[in-house]
Amino acid sequence: MPLIEFSDKGLYCPAGDFYIDPWQGVDRAVITHAHSDHARWGSKSYLCHRDSQPLLQQRLGPNHYQPVGWNEPLYLNGVRLTFFPAGHIIGSSQIRVEHNGEIWVVSGDYKLENDGISGAFEPVKCHNFITESTFGLPIYKWKPQQEIYSGIKAWIQRNQAAGKSSILIAYSLGKAQRLLQPLSEVTEKIFVHGAVYNLHMALVNAGWKLPPVEKVTPDTPKAELKGAVVITPGSAEGTPWLRRFAPYEIGVCSGWMQVRGAVRRRNADAGFILSDHADWDGLLTACKATEAECVYATHGFQAAFSRYLRENGIQAREVKTEYGDDEEEGNSRTDEQGIANDEGNV
Amino acid sequence: MRQFAELVTQVGSSTKTNDKLDALVAYFSSAVDEKDKVWVIALFSGRRPKRAVNTTQLATYAIEVAGLPFWLFEESYHTVGDLAETIALLLPESAPEQQHAEPLHDYIEGLIGLDKESEEVKKGFILESWRGMNRAEQFVFNKLITGGFRIGVSQSVMVNALAKVLQLESSVIAHRISGQWDPALISFEELLGEHAVTSDNSKPYPFYLAYAIEDDLSTLGDPHDWQAEWKWDGIRGQIIKRGGELFVWSRGEGLMTEKFPEYHALQTILPDGLVLDGEIIPAVDGKPLAFALLQTRIGRKNVTKKQLQEAPIAFFAYDLLEYEGEDWRGRPLTERRARLEEIVKSLHHPTLLLSDIVPFTSWEDLARLREQSREMGAEGFMLKKKSSTYQVGRKRGDWWKWKIDPLVIDAVMIYAQKGAGRRSGLYTDYTFAVRDGDKLVPFTKAYSGLTDKEFAQVDAFVKRNSLEKFGPVRTVKPELVFEIAFEGIAASSRHKSGVALRFPRMSRWRRDKKPEEINTLEDLKKMLEVYGK
Repeated sequence: MPLIEFSDKGLYCPAGDFYIDPWQGVDRAVITHAHSDHARWGSKSYLCHRDSQPLLQQRLGPNHYQPVGWNEPLYLNGVRLTFFPAGHIIGSSQIRVEHNGEIWVVSGDYKLENDGISGAFEPVKCHNFITESTFGLPIYKWKPQQEIYSGIKAWIQRNQAAGKSSILIAYSLGKAQRLLQPLSEVTEKIFVHGAVYNLHMALVNAGWKLPPVEKVTPDTPKAELKGAVVITPGSAEGTPWLRRFAPYEIGVCSGWMQVRGAVRRRNADAGFILSDHADWDGLLTACKATEAECVYATHGFQAAFSRYLRENGIQAREVKTEYGDDEEEGNSRTDEQGIANDEGNV
Repeated sequence: MRQFAELVTQVGSSTKTNDKLDALVAYFSSAVDEKDKVWVIALFSGRRPKRAVNTTQLATYAIEVAGLPFWLFEESYHTVGDLAETIALLLPESAPEQQHAEPLHDYIEGLIGLDKESEEVKKGFILESWRGMNRAEQFVFNKLITGGFRIGVSQSVMVNALAKVLQLESSVIAHRISGQWDPALISFEELLGEHAVTSDNSKPYPFYLAYAIEDDLSTLGDPHDWQAEWKWDGIRGQIIKRGGELFVWSRGEGLMTEKFPEYHALQTILPDGLVLDGEIIPAVDGKPLAFALLQTRIGRKNVTKKQLQEAPIAFFAYDLLEYEGEDWRGRPLTERRARLEEIVKSLHHPTLLLSDIVPFTSWEDLARLREQSREMGAEGFMLKKKSSTYQVGRKRGDWWKWKIDPLVIDAVMIYAQKGAGRRSGLYTDYTFAVRDGDKLVPFTKAYSGLTDKEFAQVDAFVKRNSLEKFGPVRTVKPELVFEIAFEGIAASSRHKSGVALRFPRMSRWRRDKKPEEINTLEDLKKMLEVYGK
């Protein structure tokens, strides 16, 4: 019996009787990170990193949560579980599962570049590695984040000079927090959409020191919004909510912006290729670093990515999960799922 | 090359016409080499250097440089939807100190010079060029080779930008950049200067185009102020006779004199200094034939005797733009028309016909006449104000097209493929089938007619309901029903269904219909009998 099975409810460890990121309610869920396609409603207990807990509480409400730190092993029915930083968003973790000398690592989502708030991705040696493959095609290659931030800052300054607001479309959990530091370098005040604000406050109340933000409300004086810098999830795109910032330019921050057609389809004025996922080289580097005998590729371009690994001497399989249900995983599907979820909080 | 790459990036990413215009104005007023400017005008008006390296070669070099297996290149291409961009994304980006991009025209001249060279020389040139470029430059360089600078700039925006920079009317610019000129040989001054037009006998006038009328005809006012003609389904063209030479221009396709030997007889009989506007269309005894027959002609390099017999081309003249060497476009339509009729009638040649005026006294009258369109081989009416001048480009007000409703058929989607451009990565290109007993018979593809939101929904359906994958094509569960609208139908031996449709598109998503309720092959064949001529 394998240590981890791919069941219809999610990744299941029979020996320890727990699920990792289940997509249906279970007795015991172990959560890699707080994005809504990984942390779903309906389980009796949630084991997660301690930085994920306030986010899960914000999104899923009161539940039985058990927080744990990185590199703090614990045992469930004799199975050893250890969380390691995944570098994806605040609290995101890879989960190492060990039993009778067999080691599996579930990556959740990850990126290799240290963004300063999500912890630095740590390669973990294992026999079997379950990896994401959101950007598992060689066309996806990221530039260093400082270069992208410079681009965003220059864009904002151009907009400011032209008397325009800068609307940055960013996932409200992850990229929104990541953008705060660079944005605070070019503006006194960062305005945020309600969805971003709620998560921000959850983090601040949990003790996080983040650059301050201001929530946009119907009472926010119009004069203050002229030439404003605003972070909002994509759900606000094309809605009357944006009118108060006119005139404005829209910049979308997403790895999907790598392809011109995606920028044009979003009808964005600017596309910033900023992702919280590993790019092609990052995925390859991570898989090799685990020295795994077998790699299981999930959600993303899993077919292409696992075939490439096989052709390069790494045993690999594609696995269907509900973190995406197809190799293409519609451009920014996870984003949109997250945003749909956010809308309840606006 | 850097400025050009930046121009393409700016124009391609901006969502507002004014920003595009500003970017073009800035480019044309900049100190960029004038040879580059000429090439930009050429590229943005659909001209491009002859392809010296084919796309397969280009892809092969890229795969080698990137060190990737072929299948992965293909997989990437299907996701990006554009070959030039895929290659630019896969090539290693060169270090800034290695980047030494030359002016645009150097690369283009280099590419042109490769024509007769060996494969090895071609490859050397391409690889060396890539090495010196950043990603944006690699992209536009690849575009020069793969062709088609459809990057979201319409020719009219460029014309307006040039008009602004040169302080000329945009109609003057449009005229000067029309026709045939070789960007490699012509200077900016020769192209756009004062003598540009007079020195070129073949130069056509920019076509005056009409919008479809959406309002009630009564909004046009007194019917007596208007002239109605059948709207022919052929190729819009100009016949030019100057300096003893004959030129035939088509809208979109360029100079087509050699394609239509039928017109050569006109060279001797037409008076000099004459330009006619009309429809290039196959016709027998003055009655137009199906557009499909014209299509069999334009795709071929050499015209066969059989084709000349089966689909003899005529010219249905409807306007006179130049007479005795004088530009007549500013005169009212009635005056142009009267002279046109005199000319055509006096020549009395089977190839040169008049596009008849359809007499009518009231708008209701005209609406009744319109019902005969299909029998006439027309697709509706053209309505032209009798006092109208011949304008430049697509304009509202004086000319309108009033088309008949399209033919429609309900069909089920069975295959899907990813689109290109702004639809890259989305399944937007579909194949549709009608029912034949318990079989489904594919009969057409369609790519347009849905809103972005509907496309996103169909895309999600395709991803969830794929049955098989053949290269880029997915077979999908036959479940979604669409109404397919089309302008015409013709018999075709090349299609399994035996028919070919003219301009098919999705006119409605029939969520109310089940796949069992779609039309049948029999229905399609009946339509062919009635409308297929």
